[in-house]
Amino acid sequence: MKPIELNNVQQILENFCNKEVYVHLETTNGAYASHFDDKAYTVGAYIRNAKVTFSQAKIVGNGNTYRTGLKMELGWIYAEGLTDWVLDHDNRLLMAGHDREGRLMVSLEISETPFKY
Amino acid sequence: MEKHVVVIYPHPDDESFGASGTITKFREQGVPVTYLCGTLGEMGRNMGSPTFANRETLAEIRKEELIQACQILDIDLRMLGYRDKTLEFEDRMEVARNLKSILEEIEPSLVITHYPEHAVHPDHDALGAATIEAVGLMDPESRPTVWAQPITNTFVEDLGEPDVRNDISNYFDKKMEAISAHKSQADGILGKFRENPEIAADIKEEAKKRLGKERFYIWKYDG
Repeated sequence: MKPIELNNVQQILENFCNKEVYVHLETTNGAYASHFDDKAYTVGAYIRNAKVTFSQAKIVGNGNTYRTGLKMELGWIYAEGLTDWVLDHDNRLLMAGHDREGRLMVSLEISETPFKY
Repeated sequence: MEKHVVVIYPHPDDESFGASGTITKFREQGVPVTYLCGTLGEMGRNMGSPTFANRETLAEIRKEELIQACQILDIDLRMLGYRDKTLEFEDRMEVARNLKSILEEIEPSLVITHYPEHAVHPDHDALGAATIEAVGLMDPESRPTVWAQPITNTFVEDLGEPDVRNDISNYFDKKMEAISAHKSQADGILGKFRENPEIAADIKEEAKKRLGKERFYIWKYDG
């Protein structure tokens, strides 16, 4: 993956608009968070292969981290803290936010075909 | 001497961090060891440092790392095909029956797994519990011994002193070699040691202190 380039990612996001797509959305601070630090809470959420259609998509940010919002007919999907992206060889847009040690903290991925289960 | 040892953990690298010293000792004695690895660790958060994996490539990368680590440890590998971070949501009896059928085929004399509720990660707890269930379903006459490994910070005060304490100093280089095969994970986790201010400059010495003992409880079945 490479650091997010706003204009490129915006353009790719728009290509997914008004199509049935599959979304992977995830946040995690690791299953060991409260093991290594008893003041920390272990939190995480993930949904894989949510089949959705969005009519609007926007990526916003300050050059360090970015937020992406997808507007659906009856609601929204968004992710905050995105830092890196790649359009992989299956034409899937993979976005992720990594911490200083390269660990994944958040991930938002969009594909026209289902992600491998 | 053991006839055959089966190690059952959910993630590629659990075997190296958890039991690779013990495994090496068994292999030196000529005891065959099989690793039943529950998942491919595809939901891991370490992506290499600097990152070289992403959420979608991680499964394949960790699979290769797992195969390599098992070659280093000279053990057989079977991948069970569950999905990382979902094991606790699977039907426990179904997982147990699956494990039981594999164990009946291999006929081990010893099974090593995580100690349920004392293994920190929900996948560890769930697969440990399913393993203990699986062995419990077997005929008491033909049951292998089960060594359950705790990794909570409080296991000694909660459970008392472990029954098996393997000082694996003699196998430590092998253990570090196996851990290092899990490159996508090891960089980040060894980095954890570097972060800790109490840690002396010599990471290997610190790792030895933390990873140099492998401790297990012998699971007691009633009847």
